[in-house]
Amino acid sequence: MWKTILRRVLLMIPQLAILSVIVFVFGQMMPGDPFTGLITPDMDPLVIEEIKEKNGLNEPIPVQYKNWIVKILRDGDFGRSYTYKMPVATLIGERAKNTLWLSLLTLILTYLIAIPLGIYSGRYQNSHLDKAVIVYNFVSYAIPSFILALIFLLIFGYRLGWFPTTGSVEIGIPKGTFAYFRSRLHYMILPAITAAILRTTGTIQYLRNEVIDAKTQDYVKTARSKGVPTNKVYTHHIFRNSLLPIAAFFGFTITGLLSGSVFIETIFSYSGMGELFITSINSRDYAVMNTLVLLFGFLTLTGSLLSDIIMTIVDPRIRIE
Amino acid sequence: MSFLEINDLKVHFPIRGGFFNTIQEYVYAVDGVTFFIEEGKTYGLIGESGSGKTTIGKAIVGLEEPTGGEILYHDKPLGSRRARKKVGYNKEVQMIFQDVLSSLDPKKRIRDIIAEPIRNHEKLTDEEELEKILTLLNIVGMPPDALYRYPHEFSGGQRQRIGVARAVALNPKLIVADEPVSALDLSVQAQILNFLKKIQKDFNLSYLFISHDLGVVKHMCDYIYIMHRGRFVETGTRDDIYNNPQHIYTKRLIAAIPEINAENREEIYKNRIKVEQEYREKESIFYDKNGKVFDLVQISGTHYVAIKSKEDLKNVENNIA
Amino acid sequence: MGNEKILEIKDLHTAFRFQDEYFDAVDGVSFSLHKNELLAIVGESGCGKSTIANSIVGLHDKNFTRVSGEIIYNGKNIANYSEEQFNEIRGKEIGFIFQDPLAALNPLHKIGKQIEESLIYHTDLDKEQRHERMLQLLDQVGIVNPKRTANQFPHQLSGGMRQRVVIAIALSCKPNIIIADEPTTALDVTIQAQILDLLTELQNEINAGIILITHDLGVVAQMANRVAVMYAGEFVEVAQAKELFSNPLHPYTRSLLQSIPQSDLVEEELHVIQGMVPSLKNLPRKGCRFAARVPWISESEHEENPVLHEVSKDHFVRCTCWENFHFENEGGC
Repeated sequence: MWKTILRRVLLMIPQLAILSVIVFVFGQMMPGDPFTGLITPDMDPLVIEEIKEKNGLNEPIPVQYKNWIVKILRDGDFGRSYTYKMPVATLIGERAKNTLWLSLLTLILTYLIAIPLGIYSGRYQNSHLDKAVIVYNFVSYAIPSFILALIFLLIFGYRLGWFPTTGSVEIGIPKGTFAYFRSRLHYMILPAITAAILRTTGTIQYLRNEVIDAKTQDYVKTARSKGVPTNKVYTHHIFRNSLLPIAAFFGFTITGLLSGSVFIETIFSYSGMGELFITSINSRDYAVMNTLVLLFGFLTLTGSLLSDIIMTIVDPRIRIE
Repeated sequence: MSFLEINDLKVHFPIRGGFFNTIQEYVYAVDGVTFFIEEGKTYGLIGESGSGKTTIGKAIVGLEEPTGGEILYHDKPLGSRRARKKVGYNKEVQMIFQDVLSSLDPKKRIRDIIAEPIRNHEKLTDEEELEKILTLLNIVGMPPDALYRYPHEFSGGQRQRIGVARAVALNPKLIVADEPVSALDLSVQAQILNFLKKIQKDFNLSYLFISHDLGVVKHMCDYIYIMHRGRFVETGTRDDIYNNPQHIYTKRLIAAIPEINAENREEIYKNRIKVEQEYREKESIFYDKNGKVFDLVQISGTHYVAIKSKEDLKNVENNIA
Repeated sequence: MGNEKILEIKDLHTAFRFQDEYFDAVDGVSFSLHKNELLAIVGESGCGKSTIANSIVGLHDKNFTRVSGEIIYNGKNIANYSEEQFNEIRGKEIGFIFQDPLAALNPLHKIGKQIEESLIYHTDLDKEQRHERMLQLLDQVGIVNPKRTANQFPHQLSGGMRQRVVIAIALSCKPNIIIADEPTTALDVTIQAQILDLLTELQNEINAGIILITHDLGVVAQMANRVAVMYAGEFVEVAQAKELFSNPLHPYTRSLLQSIPQSDLVEEELHVIQGMVPSLKNLPRKGCRFAARVPWISESEHEENPVLHEVSKDHFVRCTCWENFHFENEGGC
């Protein structure tokens, strides 16, 4: 198994290399550059030209690519953000921390809501609870994420004032204190709940189907024929088998969350990676943009590996050698 | 005259593993079998699950690439896809399956299902095509209103007829029938078997009948091949195999068939136990050190047995007698 | 064969719900099972034979099924027991063996755990004793290395081994009744023979009565003491096995036996039963249900409300149409 993991990790290198080329080339093909936004009627085009020259933006693309990669590999230097005027690594590092915490909370909330609902609606198929869950699922599936986010913002943020509406932590609280931690949590809850509700749909639907399916499986019949009490049939036999597909997607879910909270972070002005990604694209902040895409690519590959590893742990039928 | 010759056919499946995912080992699914097929005859391929009988069928219709040996069609080798196409082989050899429902596209109407091979191989106008399909439906005893219905609307026996209609659409010479009646009830099975025999006469078809049911094979086949561990252990006419079995594996198979006769149960049981014991004791005569089946040795005009040497066979007989 | 009756079923009706209507899949079946007896219920798919099995131990989905009639076990009618009440009996006094042993075992649990599970609910054994008993059971069903097998998962075993494990589960609490629903259909013939031998051997040890559900007349001929032939929800013929195979009477039994490919005359056509098995919704609820399959037999030959007649000792045949029955090509007689 370790061999396979190592092989998969090594395989990531060429995959990421190809991705880096694509990202870089497409980035350059976008109209404009980091300094287009600076052009004003009273600015001398020559000055801009000079800045571009200084930043190496007039070199041919292959040369620029080479410079970029060499720096990364030699110095671990991902470049500087033109917009934020700081090293990309530091910038992303800070944002990643925010996103990580938000993702974690979202994940926990998602499963806290989805697993019981999925299991119960599957177990008590066609009951009132089941029907309610189906309605909930339709609504959470159909509603666009920004609408839900705006509604929540409006109600819980502005009307009720329970939660802050922008940012990731209250300014002025010293890091490392309990108050700081509490404030972080306070800022995270609303975006996390919104994201969680949007993510429950798939999990509930999957789980419900799995449970309904498992109920008719022969091994469940065997368990019943052994005289295993109904509740134990669910906890010992149906539950674990039904969770397999959820576990199989777990790796993708995590990495999906890390890279995919663009809407939520933007709407709640929560300074995470998703929000950073949008800003970097808008401002043609190549260094940030490219690094983020590479990071997302890396996360996706890791996610698929992680999913495979999880599968071998939870399902004895699957062994990666 | 034989029109299809199979010489020393081998199908080995690689098992991959290790760091570079290289081939570590092979599964010898089919390991050197030789036989031929004559016009208008039925050949039975008998074996237990995993014996390689289905793999032979698949190799013959080109669904599985042979690892070694050759298949000669009218003395021309069929090495590649192109070679098969050139001699019109794909038209001449068709397959019907055990699980008919999954071999029929559920979203297609019967008309399109049967028309598929015709459209691939022949250029007919719409009217000609329709006429041909109606004739085919008539041959397999299905009403014309079946044309515009879907596979799930039919019973198992009817679906198998549709499968046969599709297989005979191009007037093939050989139909490879992989467990065509195993999933059917007795009364339906009888219907299909009678019907297969009837169209054999009408079209001068040959069948390669793959089955684990010795009763069905006995009823259908002129010539029988018993398979074990990817090789033939005994081949011969129906009479050779059922009335004069020589290989211990054949004897064991025949002894295990439950007879439809409740009278002499005790004898049948005792005989089975005796053969089982013999199977354990005489293994070295019929299998080499690695458990591989020996090459076939001719013991009469049509009867071949896989054994180390003829002398051994005589010894066995003397011992038993 | 001990003559002690251990199960009696009287006028069992099991109905399935479609939309809001119930249709009887088992339509008035009565029989009894004795100690150490093997009763085979044989019939084609959809005839209701598995439904009987499921009804006896309450394994069907209660939301879509209605059971009426009496299932008398131990002097009590268990037909409408609740799930909790059934759990007291299932696994302890009635063991169940399934058709597909791979599907019947939980893929995520080790073999040992799956066998021990019923011991948890039905015995006072502690953990170690359960483990001991489990190894003993594996040994009993002919598993060569019980310790190793106990630690394996179902997918790591061969089909025959899996079915042995399923049998070990069914026998774990020495039940009085074993219900085997097509126990060897998924297995190769040689394995089938071994499993059936094992089953009879173990039956003799614990004196259990077995209800064997199957479509395979060969298995029935070799195994059963008594046979019930089932068609469209009803028993059409019940007799001792030897009697049934040497003297089959009901047209359905005779037709089935005729359609088995076994004769040495290859040119001979197999007998085909005309028409199709009617679907549950379209079952004729009046008259002889087999009448439509033998249209050359005149209506007057059939009984108006066919019942099982005891035509000789312990040989029961439904309807009167068997008396002058002939196959179509034989001409009238």
